Amino acid sequence: MQQSVKKKSHFYSGWLRRGAVSEIHGEYLEQIRKREIMIVTYQVLIGLIFLVFWEIGARMGWIDPFITSQPSKVLETIVSLFNSGKLWIHIWTTVWETAVGFLLGTVGGSLIAILLWWSKWVADILEPYIVILNSVPKVALGPVFIVWLGSGTPAILMMALAISVIVTVMMVFNGFNEVNPDTIKLMHSFGASRQQILAKVVLPATFPTMIAALKVNLGLSLVGTIVGEFLVSKEGLGYLIVYGGQVFNMSLVMASVIILCIVAALLYYSVTFLEKRLIHWK
Amino acid sequence: MNKVTLSGVDMTYVNKSGEIPALVDIFLNIKTEEFVSLLGPSGCGKSTILSLIAGMLRPSKGQILIDGEPVIGTSPKVGYMLQHDHLLEWRDIRRNTYLGLEVRGLADKEHCRHADELLIRYGLGGFMNRYPSELSGGMRQRAALVRTLALEPEVVLLDEPFSALDYQTRLTLEEEVATILKQEHKTVILVTHDIAEAIAMSDRIIVLSARPGTVKAEYTIELSGKNNSPFAARQAPEFREYFKEIWSVLEEGHATVR
Repeated sequence: MQQSVKKKSHFYSGWLRRGAVSEIHGEYLEQIRKREIMIVTYQVLIGLIFLVFWEIGARMGWIDPFITSQPSKVLETIVSLFNSGKLWIHIWTTVWETAVGFLLGTVGGSLIAILLWWSKWVADILEPYIVILNSVPKVALGPVFIVWLGSGTPAILMMALAISVIVTVMMVFNGFNEVNPDTIKLMHSFGASRQQILAKVVLPATFPTMIAALKVNLGLSLVGTIVGEFLVSKEGLGYLIVYGGQVFNMSLVMASVIILCIVAALLYYSVTFLEKRLIHWK
Repeated sequence: MNKVTLSGVDMTYVNKSGEIPALVDIFLNIKTEEFVSLLGPSGCGKSTILSLIAGMLRPSKGQILIDGEPVIGTSPKVGYMLQHDHLLEWRDIRRNTYLGLEVRGLADKEHCRHADELLIRYGLGGFMNRYPSELSGGMRQRAALVRTLALEPEVVLLDEPFSALDYQTRLTLEEEVATILKQEHKTVILVTHDIAEAIAMSDRIIVLSARPGTVKAEYTIELSGKNNSPFAARQAPEFREYFKEIWSVLEEGHATVR
């Protein structure tokens, strides 16, 4: 008995120490791998405990499932949405609206940032307007967009764009200004034009900042899209959430929020993946 | 024959609170293939002189000539090396050395091959496809020198190119750079505040006063057994004498500043 326990722990320890080049290295590897395993275990545990208590609480009547719903009902709702074929339509609507708003915001914001970098004159003149636009809660402009663009997809895209574009301008423009002035001096010593400095130094140097802006933008565009869908739409995850709230179907609301979380996470990781592929020199 | 001439050059910077005279009445003659160092306290306008020769600044008064012709803008005849290498992190070493060529519209086969040859000749052949972050400080600065030399300048301006390096690397690189620049027959102007470096590397040293910079003293350096080697120069018996002399001149300046 004693023997077998010892053997088992040996095997586990050996697996944790795989690839070790020496005794000390092995101990070190065992330690950090144990830590990693513990962290993942706790991460999963927290989620599970939350779900279990939620379900038990609802069944035992500690909480009112009419207001909070419960995991089993949420799962049921997701399955029935999936079976009805509508799930993909709602997800797809939200994803493409986010993607379009996100691309427009990123490209437009970067172009405006280039304009501001190109002409310090324009940048100085526009500065107070940009600061004001940045601090206005863009959601407050929702009704304006609806009046101008009608209550449909264009208003949603406009919302997603409005939320992401100014932040892009500020982030990318700051990135441009952080380029080492001596590197620009070096370019001047070669007789470089402003266009050459932009193309060969400033843009590539700011590339990591732009990717960072992409990450921020993705979240913001999603906010814009969901808010837009709250206000006007007939489909999309934002619509599902608002509709569920209106008919007091909390299982639908919770199911949509959970799907939204998954979609947001997938979008975020896809940009992180892109970042690793594109910034290869680090 | 004079390669670079500054005659009666004044440089005044202006800002909101007024004007700051950086250089007053500078006269300098630098001969072809001469190695001259500009030595002086910080803020004395040493780097300003380099920017003027490079054509990146216009003097407030006076004239700057290269080969007898007035400097009116940047010219391919002049190469500039800064304190840091400023290699672009996203380009490999080879493409970094093409940067100046690309900007000047000279990145054709012939010029690029020449740049490659320089990389190989100066010990970077095996690192052409590496990125700057993979190279040591000394190698990075050597790559920056190749980037400068790829444009085949006749005058090379060095703005404290060794000051960001550790002592060991610094001595090695001084030696390498001096050898390379002699081999390539360049006229060199080095800005530094390191007296020993100036003595070891130069044919002539020009000492500038504190701001506004004026030419305060001039030394022609003759060291026995130097043989174009800064390292050997540091062993020469006359080295200490020059050092003591220049030190005392710079100290005087220090006293008047306070």
